[in-house]
Amino acid sequence: MIKTDVLIIGAGPTGLFTAHQIKLIGLDCEIVDNLDKVGGQCIELYPDKPIYDIPAVPECTGEELTKNLINQLKPFDIKFHLGERVDEVKKDNINWIVKTNNGKMFSTPNVIIAGGVGSFEPRKFPVKECEKFENKSIFYSVKDKKIFERKTIAIFGGGDSALDWAVELSKNSKVNLIHRRDEFRGAQATVNRVHALVKEGKINLFTKYQMTSVKGNGQLESIDIKNDDDEKKNIKADYALGFFGLIMQLGPIANWGLNLDKKTIEVDTEKFETNQKGIYAVGDICSYPGKLKLILSGFHEGALAARACFKLARPNEKYRFEFTTTSSSLLKRLGKKE
Amino acid sequence: MAKITYITSDAQVHEIEVQNGLTVMEGAVQNNVPGIDADCGGGMACATCHVYVQDDWYDKLSAKEDGEEDMLDMAFEPKKNSRLSCQLIVSDDLDGLVVNIPSKQS
Repeated sequence: MIKTDVLIIGAGPTGLFTAHQIKLIGLDCEIVDNLDKVGGQCIELYPDKPIYDIPAVPECTGEELTKNLINQLKPFDIKFHLGERVDEVKKDNINWIVKTNNGKMFSTPNVIIAGGVGSFEPRKFPVKECEKFENKSIFYSVKDKKIFERKTIAIFGGGDSALDWAVELSKNSKVNLIHRRDEFRGAQATVNRVHALVKEGKINLFTKYQMTSVKGNGQLESIDIKNDDDEKKNIKADYALGFFGLIMQLGPIANWGLNLDKKTIEVDTEKFETNQKGIYAVGDICSYPGKLKLILSGFHEGALAARACFKLARPNEKYRFEFTTTSSSLLKRLGKKE
Repeated sequence: MAKITYITSDAQVHEIEVQNGLTVMEGAVQNNVPGIDADCGGGMACATCHVYVQDDWYDKLSAKEDGEEDMLDMAFEPKKNSRLSCQLIVSDDLDGLVVNIPSKQS
């Protein structure tokens, strides 16, 4: 069980700056994120897209913003738990007990949800029956490529993940690559490599085709695909892999007893606290009258939620408002003063 | 202004007068038309505002920008007439547009 003053869920820009504010006022915090990297939507959805409305930063990309926020956290020692999704939040006397999908447990008086639009999960095949085969013969990521050796694999998708795995698995498996159009969005070099392997007969390529159904008894046996002109084909497959990028899902947050409004969490505008004492929501995931889904709003919300956490983390101390320009205790925490 | 007709997957018809300059996505979200999530808020980064444009309208719409087709690869059950509604900007020319909303966005 990890004890901390504040647990932050979400390592996007709002979560990162909230951590800065928490450490600055002398509290400890740990951050959990379902992605395997820091930056949230800025990194996952638009790393190269310029942003023009961060105060005092005329122009920066999602990736640059993330890098700068990480730099700003350098004076502080913050533990990140990446690739972990928070599944459960339960009250135990005065503390919240937080459990992740990998069984990590936290005990904390304060939980700040900086979860954006929820956690990023792989997009799945639209065909409902695929659920029966999921994690047995249908996968959305590759954990152990050995299971595919000398088997017949159907890979769906047109981006780098689909193409890279088609190239890699074609060495020891029979690979069918299925994509909804002729063009691929993967790196040109990989696209060329795939076309070369198709010529050599190492990869069977089906473009303008999509999955219509899956067949098999316990283990996947074959897949029906159909093209734009309604031509159908049945391809034999022991395994299917789908690479359709990630989608944001509110997921387990919906089960924590919080007041929700569509996909957002209702908060007050003093502490950004939810209807549960000690659980706060900041950034895109929170809602209140006048809410703007801007990164700058997330920074403000995080700064206020951090101050609210102080009261529950240090019940016997009084929070004192100070400026970084003048306060020697803040400058010490920032490493600017002995 | 343009009248846009949104038809949900359970055949509910929503006729909305949408102001010029807004996107077809915004017209739906601002008027609580169900089935268009628009998670990324119109940034062509999530493919959760996917719609099917009725055939007679498809060719009249502005061409897809780079990247829209890439995002449609990830949409739920994309078809020939698929578009991202955040990329369709409403003008008088779009008066009468009919779009079908898929059964799911993810």
